[in-house]
Amino acid sequence: MKQLILGNEAVARGLYEAGCSFVSSYPGTPSTEITEAVAKYPEVYAEWAPNEKVAMEAAFGASLAGRRSFCGMKHVGLNVAADPLFTISYTGVNGGMVIGVADDAGMHSSQNEQDSRHYARAAKIPMLEPSDSAEALAFAKLAYELSEQFDTPVLLKMCTRVSHSQSVVETGERVECVKEYKKDIPKYVMMPGNAKKRHPVVEARTKALIAYAEEAAINRVESGKNNAIGIITSSTSYQYVKEVCGDTYPVLKIGMIWPLPEEKIRQFAASVDRLVVVEELDGFIESHCRDLGLTCTGKSEFSCIDELMPLTVAAKLATPWQTGIKLEDVIPPRPPVMCAGCPHRGLFYTLKKNKITVLGDIGCYTLGAVAPLSAVDSVICMGASVSGLHGFSKSQQGAMDGNTVAVIGDSTFMHSGITGLVNMAYNESNATVIIVDNSITGMTGHQQNPTTGFNLKGDPCAKIDLETLCHAVGIRRVRVIDPYNLKECEAVIKEELAANEPSVIISRRPCALLKYVKHNAPLAVDTDKCVGCKACMKIGCPAISIVDGKAKVDETLCVGCGVCEQLCKFGALQSPKEV
Amino acid sequence: MKTQNVMIVGVGGQGSLLASKLLGRLLLNKGYDIKVSEVHGMSQRGGSVVTYVRFGDKVYSPVIDKGQADFIVSFELLEAARWTEYLKPGGRIITNTQKINPMPVIIGAAEYPEALEEKMKQSGIDLDALDALTLAEQAGSAKAVNLVLMGRLSKYFDIPQEEWMQAIEASVPPKFLEMNKIAFKLGAEA
Repeated sequence: MKQLILGNEAVARGLYEAGCSFVSSYPGTPSTEITEAVAKYPEVYAEWAPNEKVAMEAAFGASLAGRRSFCGMKHVGLNVAADPLFTISYTGVNGGMVIGVADDAGMHSSQNEQDSRHYARAAKIPMLEPSDSAEALAFAKLAYELSEQFDTPVLLKMCTRVSHSQSVVETGERVECVKEYKKDIPKYVMMPGNAKKRHPVVEARTKALIAYAEEAAINRVESGKNNAIGIITSSTSYQYVKEVCGDTYPVLKIGMIWPLPEEKIRQFAASVDRLVVVEELDGFIESHCRDLGLTCTGKSEFSCIDELMPLTVAAKLATPWQTGIKLEDVIPPRPPVMCAGCPHRGLFYTLKKNKITVLGDIGCYTLGAVAPLSAVDSVICMGASVSGLHGFSKSQQGAMDGNTVAVIGDSTFMHSGITGLVNMAYNESNATVIIVDNSITGMTGHQQNPTTGFNLKGDPCAKIDLETLCHAVGIRRVRVIDPYNLKECEAVIKEELAANEPSVIISRRPCALLKYVKHNAPLAVDTDKCVGCKACMKIGCPAISIVDGKAKVDETLCVGCGVCEQLCKFGALQSPKEV
Repeated sequence: MKTQNVMIVGVGGQGSLLASKLLGRLLLNKGYDIKVSEVHGMSQRGGSVVTYVRFGDKVYSPVIDKGQADFIVSFELLEAARWTEYLKPGGRIITNTQKINPMPVIIGAAEYPEALEEKMKQSGIDLDALDALTLAEQAGSAKAVNLVLMGRLSKYFDIPQEEWMQAIEASVPPKFLEMNKIAFKLGAEA
């Protein structure tokens, strides 16, 4: 049946059809929908793991047991899972194992722009790279065949434009695939004596994979009318090349990005006057061509920064078309903001008001760094707020105690905040961690996590109690606050910062976008009382603006959280019942 | 058929994903090759969002670059002005006249430009502006702005209304079907 589906949904369909029966992932844009979609098939066990390392190790366990398994993550998630990645390369698999990784060129929703293709070469694991939904489905299935044929995990590399574009696919039927578990100590126990024997196996496997790459149908030459230029490309870059050049020049379309073929590329290069490599981010294929001693252009024409776009390809390989009319007015930017009623807002307002240094983390609450709150001092990666706070506080020998906190979300805390907190307790830093517990993984679009009491399939399950957990790792002072209550918020933060030991504050209030969260009636403005002092504007709520010198509340956005009401000294912002 | 390019732009949370879902369904039913490129993640939090819809005999690129859009359907006036460079010569902008202040305007760090409709028209842009919010409210919900705008877009497409209705039926929960159909018709007839 013909369907129009997201690249991520197509991967999920491919997993299903290939007989994959175990999926463990951590959400991360742009990879999240693979796991959400595959969870809808009753034949597939699917779960959110607390982090990508756990997910990959769980998927390995399932493979060891003889099942076809998958784990999915975004590019930075692969950094977290890099430890098992490099060694599973040595052990190989029993049931086929596929690792989905989605890059985010252009950083639509990420903290860096790393190119995950380097992992394939570094860990010596084959990587397939689809360019649309149909290929995403087909390559997911092929990945399992290669995994079992070559006894290796296989990386399936997506990117924002393939993951989040819908295109047409033809779906097929599921084929069950189960192997028996057999104990094999030399293959699966990676202590030095065994690992030394596995490394040559990996090198031999790479040679066999290169031989496969020479013949593989997914590395195909598309003929062109003019041999003046030959283009090597892959993924979404291939689509831009075809869009712009049509069949003008011959194209070598790479489907397996590592290991790359050698003879096939040499032959292609010999058949054209000039070799051009069109690829997004780093010059990965280009470096390979140079290693083969070929002359080519690539990153000198197509930047390693930001997404590639069709017009850029046209400017270098065809005739660029005219762009549209640009207005003379300066169009103000519209950056993402915390939603109206976001429980993080009151907390960040309080932190800013008290001039507290904030080591931040990854999630919606990263937006605490945006004006007018501007309350966050650093954001690096998942968990870095807690561990960074420890270093910040210790290195100052107490000088910054009482003035510095970490802010981390519930899901991010479970992902990799716990070990940082263990370090704070163990090595006795005198600082405060604030866990912003909005009872969901927010930024990636509302995924469950170990603190919510529900699993990926939506069924009730064990719920980690954050208070008990913090106590258990050695934190004696654990407080809970409601971030809608500014007075309480400020008082508790001051008390905990004054304490002479590490402490945790749990700022607890469910995300205002959760369906079960009941909203209050929007606030009303008493224009007689409003003096236009703009105190209510300090929280950066998108529902509040100043019109004709008076505060105005957008009733379609306001959820009646009442935080602005607490800022108004004149009683001009009121819940409707008081008006 | 030569590839047609439609951009749907607006403010995160305004419901542009439903509009692209509806278009996708409609055009797939017509037998076109189609690609729809969406925005997920951080920018959905009240930021500027864009969805690309491309259809024709064979579609390669999932995105629309500057100077390529046959239509830009905008859910908000400032967003229409933001993307004018993406319009093809002879292309048309369909925009809601609703204004939503971005945070830099709310906090006084920037100004919402004056008279954007007139300026777009004066610069030679073929602009079809309508108060989609009021029409959506007439239909029963402010959230139906997306269907009002799709109704308006349908005026420029050579596709019978019953096929649009079938696509709406397949894209919208039954509970909201009638309201959405009314919104669509109000947009088409306004």
